[in-house]
Amino acid sequence: MKFLQALRRIHCMLVKEFIQTFRDPHTRFTLFGPPIIQMLVFGYAATLEVNHVHFAVLDRDNTQESREYISRLSGSRYFTLDKYVRRPEELRAGIDRGTILLAVQIDSGFSQDLRGGRGGRVQVIVDSANSNTALVGLGYVTQISSQFAQDYQRDHMQRSDPQMADMVPQVELVDRPWFNENFTSRWYFVPGVIGNVMLVMVMILTAFAVVREREIGTLEQVMVTPIRRWEFILGKTLPFFLIGMFDAGMISFVGTLWFGVPFRGSVTVLAVGTTIFLLSSLGVGLLISTISHTQQQAMVSAFFFIMPASILSGFGTPISSMPPFFQKLTYLDPLRYYMIILRSVYLKGVGFRVLWPELVCMAVFSFALLTISILRFHKSID
Amino acid sequence: MSLRRILAVFRKEVIQISRDVRSLLIIFAIPLFLLFIYGYAVNLDVKHIPLCVYDRDGSQQSQDLLKAFQSTEYFNIVYLARDYPDVVTHVDNGTCIAAAVIPPRFSEDLRNGGTTTVQALLDASDSNSASIGLGYAQSIVAAYSSRVQLDWAAQRGAAPPVPPLDVRARTWFNEDLESMANIVPGVVALVMAVVGAFLTSLTIAREWERGTLEQLISTPVAPLEIQIGKLIPYFVIGMADTAVCAVASVRWFGVPFRGSWVVMFGCSALFLTVVLSLGYFISVTTKSQLGASQVAMLATFLPTFLLSGFIFPIDQMPVVVQVIARLLPACYFVEILRSVFLKGTPVTMILTQITALAIYASVLVALATRAFHKRLE
Repeated sequence: MKFLQALRRIHCMLVKEFIQTFRDPHTRFTLFGPPIIQMLVFGYAATLEVNHVHFAVLDRDNTQESREYISRLSGSRYFTLDKYVRRPEELRAGIDRGTILLAVQIDSGFSQDLRGGRGGRVQVIVDSANSNTALVGLGYVTQISSQFAQDYQRDHMQRSDPQMADMVPQVELVDRPWFNENFTSRWYFVPGVIGNVMLVMVMILTAFAVVREREIGTLEQVMVTPIRRWEFILGKTLPFFLIGMFDAGMISFVGTLWFGVPFRGSVTVLAVGTTIFLLSSLGVGLLISTISHTQQQAMVSAFFFIMPASILSGFGTPISSMPPFFQKLTYLDPLRYYMIILRSVYLKGVGFRVLWPELVCMAVFSFALLTISILRFHKSID
Repeated sequence: MSLRRILAVFRKEVIQISRDVRSLLIIFAIPLFLLFIYGYAVNLDVKHIPLCVYDRDGSQQSQDLLKAFQSTEYFNIVYLARDYPDVVTHVDNGTCIAAAVIPPRFSEDLRNGGTTTVQALLDASDSNSASIGLGYAQSIVAAYSSRVQLDWAAQRGAAPPVPPLDVRARTWFNEDLESMANIVPGVVALVMAVVGAFLTSLTIAREWERGTLEQLISTPVAPLEIQIGKLIPYFVIGMADTAVCAVASVRWFGVPFRGSWVVMFGCSALFLTVVLSLGYFISVTTKSQLGASQVAMLATFLPTFLLSGFIFPIDQMPVVVQVIARLLPACYFVEILRSVFLKGTPVTMILTQITALAIYASVLVALATRAFHKRLE
């Protein structure tokens, strides 16, 4: 009987929350608009791939060899030849102005050195203001250059001593990229967006829902009703949990159907992971609501949680590249575990057998956060 | 327009902000906090890739090759696999991001001459790290291969093989290819976007929600006066944050500053005007704090983070997105920041960007002024 009454009170609270949330067209938009927009923007804009880098060439050698080398560069999909220049100053100006990212200078004597067995020399200038593009671009230059040298050497030997040529030992690296065969940046970022959106949406909605009532003064009205603390919290958070689950499903569909990111794992694993993660987001949101009096305070506090949580999760940059201290900090970030689950389920297709440690860690965080925030939440003003 | 009324609104806003000590503290902590997090934790340099090794040959030669991997700072051998499924398990559960498999007849093949292959398995789900790591692995193997060839030639007394091309790379603007030098200046723009998105966007919406806007409307103060009076405190905060950020990036992180401070602060003022007016405009039109903060986040923070070329290069985006990115003010500001911090190019070269920012600033100020009506519907 008591339980039925409690259910009725929770039901009332739920109805109130849903009416309040869906009445305002702006709020309606914020429930479903931002997740989709974020998904689209991230899906299209977040790419660390390096293709079609514009470059200019100063070819002072102007021989068959130098032209062959340049055509190797411009023929790859990584580089696009912008123009040939005559003077080194033009290379400099191009980089300064930002029209080219890479400048290649071949001095006279390149082909003579090659033929004489001394190894040709190529100068490369790269605009490294964006260090990642520069690093990846230079890697491609090195790769193409060593391939060129190898082919040249083989040709050379084949002509002079065909028998010997087959005898020269050589080690080659055969690469087998797994899970993302074409190194598509989008496959890496799109599953991550789901985690970010889940964190931000659910946390901010929960925090604002409680703090708004406190700020406007309607929390007082709720407090004089017979509703109990845990019923109030459940009624307050359940709508956002449901909205969060709905959004997660929605943007997963966008990721798979629109961006064509493969989904290789099981929906069950993802759903279990998402449920546990959403609980921890709810916990943080509630916690923020207990320490904030105004929505502005809630916003700023939420920001202070979101920023590090998102960066330390390994969403944009690999955790293994962080300084050791920060690597340890990442273990305190629930989003870190969810990121691993998302990417593993999407790209690797692994299941509970591999992912159970992450699920357990997340569950511990969710339990702790929810407990702390419920204990801190008082049915009184101030 | 009356200076006295502007000052009155200004005083009211300052009192309101300063009463909320916690938010105030946080406002000044934000730039340092963002710098700290971005400067240290956002690192795209790929080092110490956890490597799993499956040496099926177990000879002196295969050990030499593995030593070559271990001796660079790019790879850490963390696991020696016993069989192939063992490799698969460790790549699957993420303990290793790459695996090197050396074939059983590696040393024998090397002795007999001809081409021998080594397999590199990569967890490419992080595509960027994987492709950079693959590049490193290729150069390590290529270096090993030419060492083998030299030995071979020396033993036989044959002419040494042609050395590979000597590619002399010079990197301009960010000589050590540190991603920190790229990211830290961008944080200046992010901080401003945060001030615009998280603080300004709430200023009118809050008054709507609490009903205090009615009181403000009944006073003789004009819309433009409200706008100026309300935005000046946030402008001062934003500029102070920018200064803290810029000085800390040079002093603490050692990012070079090669341009002019006047240009830097002038352009910061322009960009700040853009984000503040945008935040104000959103605040006036959405009328709810939750809605305003969400929309402001989409309109200021997200583009500054994603579409400005700050981390993700604009050239690499699809053409439609490139067009959108270049329509947004953030990308011009990031170009200016790069120029004054890293490139040190003369002002004449960034005039286009400065003009673009100035146009955005004036348009948005006008837009924000027009949006505010002294009426309760």
